[in-house]
Parts: sequence; C-alpha cells; structure tokens
Amino acid sequence: MSNLDAAFQALADPTRRALLARLALGETTVMELARPFDMTQPAISRHLRVLEHARLIVRRAEGTRRPCRLAPGAIAEIDQWLAMLREALARNYDRLDDVLAAMKPDKPKVKQRKVKR
Amino acid sequence: MSKLVLKTEGDRFIVVTRRFAATPELVYRAHTEPALIQRWMLGPEGWTMPVCICEARPGGKIRFEWANGKGGGFYLTGEFLELLPFSRIVHVERMHLPDATPDNHVETQFAPDGAGTLMTMRMTLPDPQTRAAMLATGMEHGMEASYVRLEGMA
Repeated sequence: MSNLDAAFQALADPTRRALLARLALGETTVMELARPFDMTQPAISRHLRVLEHARLIVRRAEGTRRPCRLAPGAIAEIDQWLAMLREALARNYDRLDDVLAAMKPDKPKVKQRKVKR
Repeated sequence: MSKLVLKTEGDRFIVVTRRFAATPELVYRAHTEPALIQRWMLGPEGWTMPVCICEARPGGKIRFEWANGKGGGFYLTGEFLELLPFSRIVHVERMHLPDATPDNHVETQFAPDGAGTLMTMRMTLPDPQTRAAMLATGMEHGMEASYVRLEGMA
C-alpha cells in the first residue's frame, strides 16, 4: 500500500517521468541522465532517490559510480502507460468517428469545395 | 470500427494506424479545418481546445492550445511542410510543457480503404531519448484520464 503511494508520488513529477522514460532505454549513469536536463547532478540525484525509494528503479555500485536502471516491476508500469497513450489516442479517434459521421450529409461527390482559410 | 494500432519502429519511429468509415476527403478535412479539429483532438475527457490555428498550406502555422477548465493547460506549435489533398500531410510539431520538446516530424497518409479510409501516421523523432520522452508525455495524458476515472469511482 505505502509503496503504491510512493510510486504515485514519484510519478507525479514530470522530471521523474522523463528520467524513467530515459531509463526505459537501458542502464545509465547519473552523469548521462543529467545531460539532456537543465539540472545539476545533485538535483538529478535527489529525483533518483525518490524513484529508488518508490522501487521504480534499482542502482548498483560500480566503483564510485552508481548506475541506475528500471526496476523489473516498473517495466510493467511502463507497458501500462503505453497502453494508456494508446487509449488517449483511441478516444480521440472514436470522437473523430462521430465528427465524420456528422459530416456525412455532404454529398461524397463534392470535388471543388470552397477553400477554407 | 477497427481498432487503433500503435507501434514503435526502430528506435526513432512511432507508427499509428486507424481505419475510418468516412472517405479520405472527410478524414483529411477533419485534420485540417480548425472547427472540426476542435471537436475531436482533445485527449482525455474534460479537456477542450480553446485555441486552434491550423493554416493548411506549406509553411502554414499550427497552434493548438488545450485546457482542462481547472487552470491546467499546455500547447503545441508546428508548421506544415507539404499538403496533398486529400491523401497526405507532412508537418513538424513540438509540445510546450512549457519548455519546447524537440521537433516531431509527422507524415499522415489517408488511403482509400473500401468505402472508408486507412490512416497511417508516422512520427519521426530526432533521437531515441526524445521518443522515450514523448511516449512519457503521452502516458501523462493517459494517466490524467485514469485519475479522472478514479475520482469518479471514489
């Protein structure tokens, strides 16, 4: 229960979601993670601690570096998000079906239609 | 109606296909005329598009602004590169959240499919990281919808 709360809290921040998206591509060091963001490494490290606490990522020690990767369970979460993106698009296109049906009264043979601005 | 298919190709492409019962002409118009776009390109329930600028000509500007009526909102800008009525649209777009995301190059094709249309939308991102970030953004949109559903169930 408390872990689910932590996960939702961790996911509520756009930077952390972007970090997860980056980690979906594979294991990465903090330095590499920080590069595309306009943030310092300590700031990124703080976000990573939140993600680690929520058990969305795991880190291992490699000398002085602590590369991160998605926790195995988080992959399922990401898959679920992709399904949700699909759902948001699907909803748009379902609405488009209705819009198109309402346009139907137009004769299909219309060829030169007045140019809309 | 047949279902939407969304798949990733290589590490920089996202391809979405969807069939519509209407002709390519109608589907094309619904993608280029602001009054029509504002009726369907809305994402989760509760969102509207108060601003829709869509200058459907090469070099024409695109600007879509979304709002959830509770102070939340974001916008997208872009430019048309090529338009071939009623079969093909090529444009670039970026989201502003509020910082601009890297350009997403989008080719949308409308092919006759029986009495209807097969739409194929191919998005090309500048690099794998951008695609991952874009998917995350879309996820965010989807999550908003699921939060709303959760609220409704409470």
